[in-house]
Amino acid sequence: MSLRTSRSARAGQYAALLGYLVFLAFPFLWLISTAFKPARELGSLHPTWIPEHPTLDNFRKAFDEQPLPQAAANSLIAALCAAVVAVLIATPMAYVMARHRSRLSAATSGWVVVSQAFPFVLLIIPLFLILKHLHLINTLWGLIMVYVVWALPFALWMLVGYVRAVPTELEEAASVDGAGRLRTLVSVTAPLLAPGIVATALFAFITAWNEFFFALVLLKTPEKQTLPVVLTHFIGAEGAADLGPLAAAAFLATLPSLVVFAIIQRRITGSMLAGAVKS
Amino acid sequence: MRAPVRTAAAAVATALALLLTGCAGTGDGRDGNGRIEIDFQSLAWQKESVDANKQLVKEWNETHPDIHVNYVQGSWDTVHDQLLTSFEGDEAPDVIHDASDDLADFAYGGYLADLRTLLPGRLTADIPQQSWRTTTFGDGVYGVPFLQEPRVLIANTEILKESGVRIPTPGSPWSWTEFRQVTKELTGKGRYGVAWPLKEPVSVTLNLGLSAGGRLFHPGADGKVTIRAEAGDRIVPGTIHDQVNTDHSAARTALGMGGSDTLPGFFGGKYAMVPLGFSYRQQVVEQAPEGFEWTVLPAPVGSGGLAQGVSPQTLSVSEASPHKKEAAQFIDFLLRPQNMVRLAKGDWMLPTGTAALADPALHTDKDGWSTGVAVAKELRPAPAQSVRGYPEWKDKVATPALQEYYSGAIGEGELRKRLVDDGNRVLARYQR
Repeated sequence: MSLRTSRSARAGQYAALLGYLVFLAFPFLWLISTAFKPARELGSLHPTWIPEHPTLDNFRKAFDEQPLPQAAANSLIAALCAAVVAVLIATPMAYVMARHRSRLSAATSGWVVVSQAFPFVLLIIPLFLILKHLHLINTLWGLIMVYVVWALPFALWMLVGYVRAVPTELEEAASVDGAGRLRTLVSVTAPLLAPGIVATALFAFITAWNEFFFALVLLKTPEKQTLPVVLTHFIGAEGAADLGPLAAAAFLATLPSLVVFAIIQRRITGSMLAGAVKS
Repeated sequence: MRAPVRTAAAAVATALALLLTGCAGTGDGRDGNGRIEIDFQSLAWQKESVDANKQLVKEWNETHPDIHVNYVQGSWDTVHDQLLTSFEGDEAPDVIHDASDDLADFAYGGYLADLRTLLPGRLTADIPQQSWRTTTFGDGVYGVPFLQEPRVLIANTEILKESGVRIPTPGSPWSWTEFRQVTKELTGKGRYGVAWPLKEPVSVTLNLGLSAGGRLFHPGADGKVTIRAEAGDRIVPGTIHDQVNTDHSAARTALGMGGSDTLPGFFGGKYAMVPLGFSYRQQVVEQAPEGFEWTVLPAPVGSGGLAQGVSPQTLSVSEASPHKKEAAQFIDFLLRPQNMVRLAKGDWMLPTGTAALADPALHTDKDGWSTGVAVAKELRPAPAQSVRGYPEWKDKVATPALQEYYSGAIGEGELRKRLVDDGNRVLARYQR
């Protein structure tokens, strides 16, 4: 009876999961379908999943009308630099917060979480003025600076979890064997932290890759703009849109995030659960 | 404690950035050789339009070596926030492309230059007074209105012919009563006479309301504006409401749609007519199935005739620009009659300029251009676009009230109470 119950419960869980997957996947699958449809099929009263006359015209138009390769390169530079710098700064800080627990580090952790609730709009004008004084408006360096500052709290929060998951006994054993503080960090702690650092860097990368608002406000000239900003150029007044090329460009812009997220999703879960149970 | 984290990060990044950047330009809008640099932010988004804008910038730069214009691509979707931030940070483009209904806050905020002394007489005289009214705020003129689009009926030619209804022309349009009757006749066999895409119900209702003599917003002698619903104000919303709820000749499902969303149903013969902005013809041309025949009809009229409210696209100059005179010169170049025609065709819209409107290229029946041109001189400033408090009235009062009214959830009395009573309370806060 209990076996039967658990089987039916399991089947229910799978059904719910499948439903949720369909719900999540639908927009993306529809985006792919739209990207390969000719304009006349986009206006069809009976749209089909599989394009009847698949075409690459939308991709051609998208590349022809907007500087997508340049925008992708800008996004890539900004996201990579932001991820690397954020992790370089956050890793030692996370180590300190994890290993030297105090009221201060607890308060810091709380503040990190609270800070995520600040709306972009609240910060954009002061940020804009600061960057203007530094002559960093309309430069990728200015944008990278903002991305680093924006990614730091979450990177810190993630890395604290990873550091706590590394048993202190290992570091103690290394020091008993005669290793100094630096040697212990480099030879024992860092290798164990590496997967977490990579996951954190990739998360910072995705955040920066997808970011729109700061890039919109801080970058002016077409050759500096990032991919999310360039995508808006396919949208006109009153919500009218050049749907085919927009879908094609959006599909291409989504791919890196999908790939990266597929790589790191397990590690993110691991980080959140790390240290939850004392062994 | 997070502040130190961010401060440290910012300090490191700043030091790095300062090492990498060094000193920037002179800040007076000139490059290293003393050449004047002007940023022109364009919101063109359709390929033909972008090409036309870029080509005109290229032509200007070739003929004006001392004043170089940089084309900056903006987006309709985000222009307000982006401009606001740029103005606050003193980094706005010199020449700004926008729409007249977005200018009020910028004009009253002192961000835009008063163009009255900057524009040449040719351009001022070429654009009709009613168009200038859309960009006049207080005593100043803060933009040059250059492209506009009326709302027209895009109709399925085959269905119209089969039904035998009278085909309206700009010289002899349908009255609102006749329009209601026609949509009843066109309804049946799984088809609706009309589909009203009313995702943005306020602008449609107010702008078309002018044709029936509606005004809703009444300025007083003291300069204060009050909302009053009179007989003319009831005709357009009343017609739409009755088509949806009484005659069932308008598709209820279209009420929440944007213009583009109705096109598949239109192409599929589900709707005989769709009231859309003039520029939607471009999407119809691009997406209509092979052999699909369509036509452009003027919107129905009442006591106001072919009048309609519009919010033209505009070109403005930033008050902070160090080169206002040169920016205005560039606008003048951009809006020479032949150039205005190129911009209009690129955007599938109508030019405001009298000379451009007379261009033979626009007087063709192909794709309904001539119908648009015929109603162009009747276009008026959209009601209330310069009334302070209008955006709040629109978002918080009028949009939900009209949506409920059109869907049949509330009656005319309740609609009137909300638009007028609640509306005047909103306006009062802005007009103390």
